[in-house]
Amino acid sequence: MAVKTVIEAIRDGMDEEMARDETVFLIGEDVGNRGGVFLASDGLYKKYGELRVIDSPLAESCIVGVAIGAAVNGMRPIAEIQFADFIAPAMNQIIEEAARFSYRTAGDFNLPMVIRAPWGGGVHGALYHSQSIEAMFAHVPGLKVVAPGTPADAKGLLKAAIRDPDPVLYLEHKRTYRLVKGEVPEGDGLVPIGKAEVKREGKDLSLIAYGLMLTYCLEVAEKLAADGISAEVLDLRTIRPIDRAAIIATARKTGKVLVVHEDTPFAGVAAEVMAIIMENAFDALDAPVMRVTGPDVPAMPFNHVLEEAFMPNPEKILGKARELAAV
Amino acid sequence: MASVKMPQLGESITEGTISKWLKKPGDQVKKYEGLVEIITDKVNAEVPAPLSGVLKEIKVKEGATVTVGTEIAVIEESAAATPAAPKSQPAPQAGTPIAAPAPAAESATEGQGGASTEGRTRLSPAVRALIEEHRISDAELSRIEGSGIGGRISKKDIEDHVAKRAQPAAANGEQRQQAVPATAPAPSPGTTVPLSPMRRAIASNMLKSKQTIPHAWTVAEVDMTNVVRFRQKVKDSFKQREGIDLTYVPIIVKAVVEGLKAVPILNASWSDEGVVLHKDINVGVAVSVDDGLIVPVIHQADRMSIAGLAKSTDDLAKRARAGKLGIPDVQGATFTVNNPGTFGTILSYSIIAPPQAGILAMDAIVKRPVIIEGDAIAVRSMMNLCLSFDHRVLDGVSAARFLQGVRRWLEGFSEQVPLY
Repeated sequence: MAVKTVIEAIRDGMDEEMARDETVFLIGEDVGNRGGVFLASDGLYKKYGELRVIDSPLAESCIVGVAIGAAVNGMRPIAEIQFADFIAPAMNQIIEEAARFSYRTAGDFNLPMVIRAPWGGGVHGALYHSQSIEAMFAHVPGLKVVAPGTPADAKGLLKAAIRDPDPVLYLEHKRTYRLVKGEVPEGDGLVPIGKAEVKREGKDLSLIAYGLMLTYCLEVAEKLAADGISAEVLDLRTIRPIDRAAIIATARKTGKVLVVHEDTPFAGVAAEVMAIIMENAFDALDAPVMRVTGPDVPAMPFNHVLEEAFMPNPEKILGKARELAAV
Repeated sequence: MASVKMPQLGESITEGTISKWLKKPGDQVKKYEGLVEIITDKVNAEVPAPLSGVLKEIKVKEGATVTVGTEIAVIEESAAATPAAPKSQPAPQAGTPIAAPAPAAESATEGQGGASTEGRTRLSPAVRALIEEHRISDAELSRIEGSGIGGRISKKDIEDHVAKRAQPAAANGEQRQQAVPATAPAPSPGTTVPLSPMRRAIASNMLKSKQTIPHAWTVAEVDMTNVVRFRQKVKDSFKQREGIDLTYVPIIVKAVVEGLKAVPILNASWSDEGVVLHKDINVGVAVSVDDGLIVPVIHQADRMSIAGLAKSTDDLAKRARAGKLGIPDVQGATFTVNNPGTFGTILSYSIIAPPQAGILAMDAIVKRPVIIEGDAIAVRSMMNLCLSFDHRVLDGVSAARFLQGVRRWLEGFSEQVPLY
């Protein structure tokens, strides 16, 4: 097994799938000659040519619309949105068309397509390059939303998403691209959509996270262990369909749960996780379910101090986890 | 160092139960500031700190009952408290430095005494499930030290306790605990309702009474028709005037007062030195409350009119239900009136509240055909008055004379009897 970064794992995933299946192609802004702003598709243009690695106009609605049309016609497009923040113009295509296509054709048509979107903050990206968009899309039935946090999951989930018969929104956290390294298994290493994974076993409390927050939670668990607090870390990996069984199992095991995400709190993923726990594991709870999230403000600020204030970090998570452990 | 002792909160009170510590060890306390809540004969009393200082040690835990005079806590006269006083103001009198207000104690009022005791009883669903699973009794639970915020018992505390509990049993080779559930299913356990301090107080009083007082019981049948008619006639105007209902209770209490005046031996207490005849007639009136029974006292009922008794009864009952009775309100009764008739009973055998010599139960007023003068049959409102009395103090003759007196007074009731 080789140690890779998240961005390398994503590139490998696309490369391998394009090599395996010639209906797979990539479309997005600067994905061709430039190799993508984060170099996710670096080298693919040269390898597969302009018909399979397509530079699109600066029009997200077009990128997704083209992908939908191609998917209906038997292709497996990967549509890259340069920054998740730019996805808004494509919302109509994603929600009104892609998400309900199978439903409205009574299953006669499927859209086997992936929308890749770099998301998240902590990279001095300011208001238009830092947003978390998962809650908005996770709300939509018919869409699948995944948010891997490790290189192995990034590659395995990307491959699973490309092979999935339905539209998948694939969220890759910008901060993890080169920060998070890990071993990636040889071969397909498929990671099933809809399956969370316990990344660290524990018995006193559970930390539930995804994306960059997974890395932070693992750090926090290590620090808690030094205090004699045994923390379990559950990586959701897929936000929709969410792995209810895994959430309920860890809540039942420890009786204390802290849900962590960078997105704002109101009607967020944590709220849904908490509802699942309250509905299914109330009798096993030893404390109120708690959460650490970004603040309820319109966007991530540019000012460094304010950006720090916005982002959940290991310190904030540790503080809340200690509070939960002490209840 | 000064020790705080279980105070004597009234005559005949020999022990008290610690209901709630309002301060934690290490807390600053000011003189006269509430230190601990104590339950005695059915009421809560807040005991103030006897001096300013730091609460060093709590010697008697919440829920424990100790005799009057037992040391329950230690307060260290705070060095900060005493010298601080002269600084802020010149001592007005040389002899009373302790009485001066201690500014250092300000922060102590924010202490979490209340929160910590509440936390102990607040159990999470996980903890409740474990308690049930491991059949942990209330007593056992009360011995578990909570490690959570405010002393909350956490899931981990229970698990640790269960692990510890299992160890000695295995070490002693005592297999009982494991063997029983393994071989045969135990009979499904019922639920245990924890004993409230009031329940304990009632239980101990009733037991003491039945064990020490030879109860005798006698009943008189009273024709209440005149009283019923009278009440019917005046109750609306009474309510308008006084703002309270005119019930039968004050009328019966009035009759009882008249009966006790005629038979003073029933307004008495047994003692080994002799029967103590009481000068005042203080009538306790039983009031049922949510978790039991309280008997507030109408002091010097013999000096009150029916209207006065009505007001007094109403006030005491309301305060009893609101939990706002003070120690004097429940002390000093020389006789008790109980009113089970409101719940439809027709014959009640009440237990005497020591050190009194008797208790009278008013049973339901029911309409019955009765033979009256001239051998005619009439529909009359009838009531049984049931008297339990201490046979050491008096005999059946006196008891019967008392009942006759009460009966005659009630049957002879007319509009001439003054309400005021």
